[in-house]
Amino acid sequence: MSCIRSLVAVSFLASIGVSTAVTAQEMISDTTARKQPLTTWGVQFEEFEYRYSDDDEELGVWDADAFYGTDELKLRWISKGEYSLEERAYESLENQLVGQIPISKFFDAKAGVRFDTPEGPDRTYAVLGVAGLAPQWFEIDANLYVSKDGDTSAELDAEYELLLTNYWILSATLDATVAFSEDREIGIGKGLVSTETGLRLRYDLIDRAFSPYVGVVHERKYGDSADFAEADGGSTADWFAVIGARIAL
Amino acid sequence: MKPRFLTGLLSLLMPAMVLAGEYDLTVDRVKIDTGDFVKEGIGYNGASPGPVMRFKEGENVRINVTNNLDEMTSIHWHGLILPFNQDGVPGISFPGIKPGETFTYEFPIQQAGTYWFHSHSGFQEPDGAYGAIVIEPEGREPFRYDREYVVQLTDKHPHSGDRIMRNLKMMPDYYNREQQTVGEFFSDASKNGLMNTIRDRMAWGDMRMMKADVEDLQGFTGLINGKGPEQNWTGLFEPGERIRLRFINSSATTYFDIRIPGLDMTVVQADGNNVQPVNVDEFRIGVAETYDVIVHPKDEQAYTIFAESMGRSGYARATLAPEKGMEAAVPQLREPARLTMADMGGMPGMDHGSMAGMDHGNMDMDSSEDMSGMDHSSMEGMDHSNMDSMDHSNMEGMDHGSMAMGKGGQSDPFYAKGSGLVPTAANGGKFLSYADLKAQDPLYEDREPTREIELRLTGNMERYIWSINGVKYEDADPIRLKYGERVRFKFVNETMMTHPMHLHGMWSILDVGADQWNPIKHTVSVQPGTTVYMETEVDAPGQWAFHCHLSYHAAAGMFRKVIVEGGPDSTQAKTDVIAEDGGEA
Repeated sequence: MSCIRSLVAVSFLASIGVSTAVTAQEMISDTTARKQPLTTWGVQFEEFEYRYSDDDEELGVWDADAFYGTDELKLRWISKGEYSLEERAYESLENQLVGQIPISKFFDAKAGVRFDTPEGPDRTYAVLGVAGLAPQWFEIDANLYVSKDGDTSAELDAEYELLLTNYWILSATLDATVAFSEDREIGIGKGLVSTETGLRLRYDLIDRAFSPYVGVVHERKYGDSADFAEADGGSTADWFAVIGARIAL
Repeated sequence: MKPRFLTGLLSLLMPAMVLAGEYDLTVDRVKIDTGDFVKEGIGYNGASPGPVMRFKEGENVRINVTNNLDEMTSIHWHGLILPFNQDGVPGISFPGIKPGETFTYEFPIQQAGTYWFHSHSGFQEPDGAYGAIVIEPEGREPFRYDREYVVQLTDKHPHSGDRIMRNLKMMPDYYNREQQTVGEFFSDASKNGLMNTIRDRMAWGDMRMMKADVEDLQGFTGLINGKGPEQNWTGLFEPGERIRLRFINSSATTYFDIRIPGLDMTVVQADGNNVQPVNVDEFRIGVAETYDVIVHPKDEQAYTIFAESMGRSGYARATLAPEKGMEAAVPQLREPARLTMADMGGMPGMDHGSMAGMDHGNMDMDSSEDMSGMDHSSMEGMDHSNMDSMDHSNMEGMDHGSMAMGKGGQSDPFYAKGSGLVPTAANGGKFLSYADLKAQDPLYEDREPTREIELRLTGNMERYIWSINGVKYEDADPIRLKYGERVRFKFVNETMMTHPMHLHGMWSILDVGADQWNPIKHTVSVQPGTTVYMETEVDAPGQWAFHCHLSYHAAAGMFRKVIVEGGPDSTQAKTDVIAEDGGEA
């Protein structure tokens, strides 16, 4: 029956003169957004926090990035800073502008420039890095920096999230810097320079857009870098209590 | 052969007998109130969902669509067989409808059944631009009913489609709140043993895949005919009546498992085409699919239509009642679904041999969690420590029947063996499988396909990239078909997500192993780790869209243009069509 039905319909079409013919001209080409690479953007503050040290030092700290681009190429602006509330000065202030391309299923390569403009001497570096998700859910960000004067250093950032529940999340972070040459002016000695380890308990209050947290952070300097810090009257190891929020727009 | 030819000729001589209907639709900004939240959205004739469009088979429809938005729009008539330039896909069928403009669709209605329509522009469909189509057949229905209702489902989310897409691109697990937690680790450890659980977590961590990756979008309110669970859409009936429920899943991404506690359902139609009736207690409706079922409530009581999302993160609810205001109990959501290693089986580059050996104990434990109909007391007699060392072949040899599972069983040939997604009926009864669908009335004569086209469904969850054969739409060449051929499509799902594949313009004859009785669909669900075949009689010239109907997968690249080359030209149309169709039918 249905065979008949469809035949009737087709011949009906023909009979009323509706053309079933298709010529090349009628077949438009797809110039809609769907056929274009999907561009997307995001702004994230992984850390946006107030730190209070065991030496009664108070800091405002952020670690943020904004990106715009496609699956194949993203432009990313990374901004990190530590602002001393007493001295009203940036202990560190770092901005990176990098291009990012995928190199494997889970990893991207990054290349760009980094500008350090804290209180004191400035530095400009070339950046080469990889970032992505390692097995067992470790978020990895590894970078190589070469300064204008040829000083090289490397930084490894790792983060692991433990889901206590689907809203209470404990994140552990490790940030380690190694220098391959000394840069005395900014207190960098050759070898392992410093580590920052953090443990933050956050609660996803509004989707994943706003997640307040509390935590502890331990900063430590090593080797020559520690000696330089001591000589300059700074501390080599600090514990901080932190309170802040993770923000994603 | 002969009578058909004659009928064809006859119809050529009698175009005047054809009905013609004129319809108007406006595309508007609307308010959508789910009961849980109110949001701005897009609708038709001032509401979302839009009106139920009622057509008659054989009618020639003119539909004037006026775009009152400040952006381009379009309407795609999902499942309707029509000339390609009426199909409503911007960039493929036509340029789209500009703001303030009216576009008139005009095509003959050549089929009957339950269908739907929706915008094919941007994320207007998830934002509310959808409605139902009901086409009355020319002849008699092969089943009887006293009353009918459209039951149109959607997964309404507080966020706009654009926002959801951006969030998924930024963090693919943005909306996933069913992830495995520390608590689940300990409960699994106490159930399956600590080492098994650690090994299980390590195996998934090594792949960087989540067992909980069943639904991209959670946090939605399930709507039925635009009403949230609290607003409780109610269809009235008189006890003893047979009610035809036309289920349409207009969700952006959500599969629903549907049941009506207390009522058997007889499935009589799928995707607008009549199927041989099959009685079920529950069925899963993929995104963009339709199922018509007949229920026969005899008692003076209310019944809940309960549609639970496949990942169990949300539900839609409605009521059938003899009187307004009556309602029945609303069931609890079942435990969240968990993928198993079996669902990962389609992924390339994985050592299948070692996978099978790796944590077989766990695999079975996982799936056993879903076996609600299973007799747990007899399970406890099993030595769990031995299950680890169990041999794959023994597993397959297990007598499922003796495990006291429901008649629906834990096996469905359209799911990977041991898949965590295999549905079971909440009451332990029959759960519909694709394998149960048999065409009532084959549209085409069964014949050997002229060729096979393999389409691997591919993706990268971490990047939220979805593609076909590893290529996104933006980089893809069209799929070229020849008019008159019968193509066998082989879908190989290499991802861990379910993809409802929708070919526009031509029917998808799903291979369920029933040869000429294979069901005729417009949307074919392909489960993770499975291979599904469908055949298409290439009988519609022009160019057509072919894509995963999960809105965000389609937008991320799981989309193709199909070009049908050749076909009758305008001057030869009459004779060619008759010769072709008549010759083959």
